[in-house]
Amino acid sequence: MDDFLLRALAAGLGLTLISGPLGVFVVWLRMAYFGDTLAHSALLGIALGLLLEVDLQLSVLVLAVLIAVALLGLQRRSGLATDTLLGILAHGALAIGLVAISFRDDVRVDLLAYLFGDILAVGTRDVLWIWGGALLSLSALMRIWRPLLNLSVHAELAAVDGVRVARIKLAFMLLVALVIAVAMKLVGVLLITALLIIPAAAAQRFSRSPEQMALFATLIGAAAVVAGLLASLWLDTPAGPSIVTAATLLFLLGQLHRRH
Amino acid sequence: MKPDQLLVGRKLGVTVGGRQLLRNIDLQLNRRQILTIIGPNGAGKTTLVRLALGLLQPTEGTVTRASGLKVGYMPQRLNLPENMPLTVRRFMMLTSPDPVRLEADAREVGVAHLLQRPMQGLSGGETQRVLLARALLGEPDLLVLDEPVQGIDVNGQSELYRLIVRLRDQRGCAVMMVSHDLHLVMAATDEVLCINQHLCCSGHPDAVSQHPAYLDLFGAIDAKTLAVYTHHHDHKHNLHGDVVGNDGGHHHG
Repeated sequence: MDDFLLRALAAGLGLTLISGPLGVFVVWLRMAYFGDTLAHSALLGIALGLLLEVDLQLSVLVLAVLIAVALLGLQRRSGLATDTLLGILAHGALAIGLVAISFRDDVRVDLLAYLFGDILAVGTRDVLWIWGGALLSLSALMRIWRPLLNLSVHAELAAVDGVRVARIKLAFMLLVALVIAVAMKLVGVLLITALLIIPAAAAQRFSRSPEQMALFATLIGAAAVVAGLLASLWLDTPAGPSIVTAATLLFLLGQLHRRH
Repeated sequence: MKPDQLLVGRKLGVTVGGRQLLRNIDLQLNRRQILTIIGPNGAGKTTLVRLALGLLQPTEGTVTRASGLKVGYMPQRLNLPENMPLTVRRFMMLTSPDPVRLEADAREVGVAHLLQRPMQGLSGGETQRVLLARALLGEPDLLVLDEPVQGIDVNGQSELYRLIVRLRDQRGCAVMMVSHDLHLVMAATDEVLCINQHLCCSGHPDAVSQHPAYLDLFGAIDAKTLAVYTHHHDHKHNLHGDVVGNDGGHHHG
């Protein structure tokens, strides 16, 4: 097997380690659109990174964090519905990003790579970063697992039980921002939310506990990464979309399974 | 605060977005006391409960809680994520992971047979009782129950109210609950607070049921019809609404 494929596999599997457990919470908390918004704002992150000449991964991450904080602030103050705010942030950030990029005539941003990612191009250093980031965010998620689960069930019950709801929710949103910034390079903006949500949704039918659902989401995500990369190799299809296609097929297959 | 007091609210007012939900309400809850808040829809009952729980800060007035006060809360509705696999046991474990207490409390409230069932498959009445069992788990000094009997038929309702009184007697916890029907809750409560954004009247349930402010809100006719329609049983229902040890029907007087 070729080295680039092994690196792609390693990177994809590292990502599913965290996208599975994080994805189930995105599904439970109905935050799919939040993931989309962060992904869209990544373009602005890239644009700012190019203009300020800083590391792109870092500028994407910083912007995702800023968007998450801005959302929390607007939720408290504006009195607008969350999906409206997300629409404003997502499309506002996307448009500003495109405008900002146009200021740099000398820079041609590969929009396709940005939209669909380029998992086959990851280097050894990227793989190490992904595994480091995944393990770090997974251990952070495990630390807040119980209060986060509690508030996903019922925020006010959790608050009466002593959970610091706002703080835990912020921590969770920052984790999502981190994972999206990392995943963008692999599967691209359009497919990140898919990787968070589809394996989690597919796992639900087979699970009897929240933890089981998180584990199965990771396993299904890993299966999709392997199947997608192999398909991409044999059929010469783009890697990122192939992974998401595989996840979607796994999801549909799972719907045939009788719920116990 | 006096040693006997668990919760004192003074001149409480809440205004949200220019709309006044509550104004000038005094509230006091003593140890082992059962306090019922009644009022029509939109009277601010749940808002008052959220003030007492500290989930909402009053725009006017103050809420003082006894230090170290442990509260068990039963919300009006439980909107669980449909796609979260969660058994009743696991749901209760979110409050306290102690399996022995969990099973004891589940038995006491009559939900022990439901522990392995998924939360989403429960009926309205079963969900209410699971919520009550969970509220008990933290060994609370104060139980706050927001419409505990909704979704339960009339016989189940009086059964549940008897259970609440028994819990108070055995565990010595105070109870603050919301109801929109005074008649059923009458026997189960020490004190009634009748509100309609402001405090209409308060006191012993017998006194409140005769109070002009109460009759204005709920109407004298309502009180009379319910008094005439007494419903005698020669059998008992358990909490599931099943008939226990019976051999006959109903007599209406």
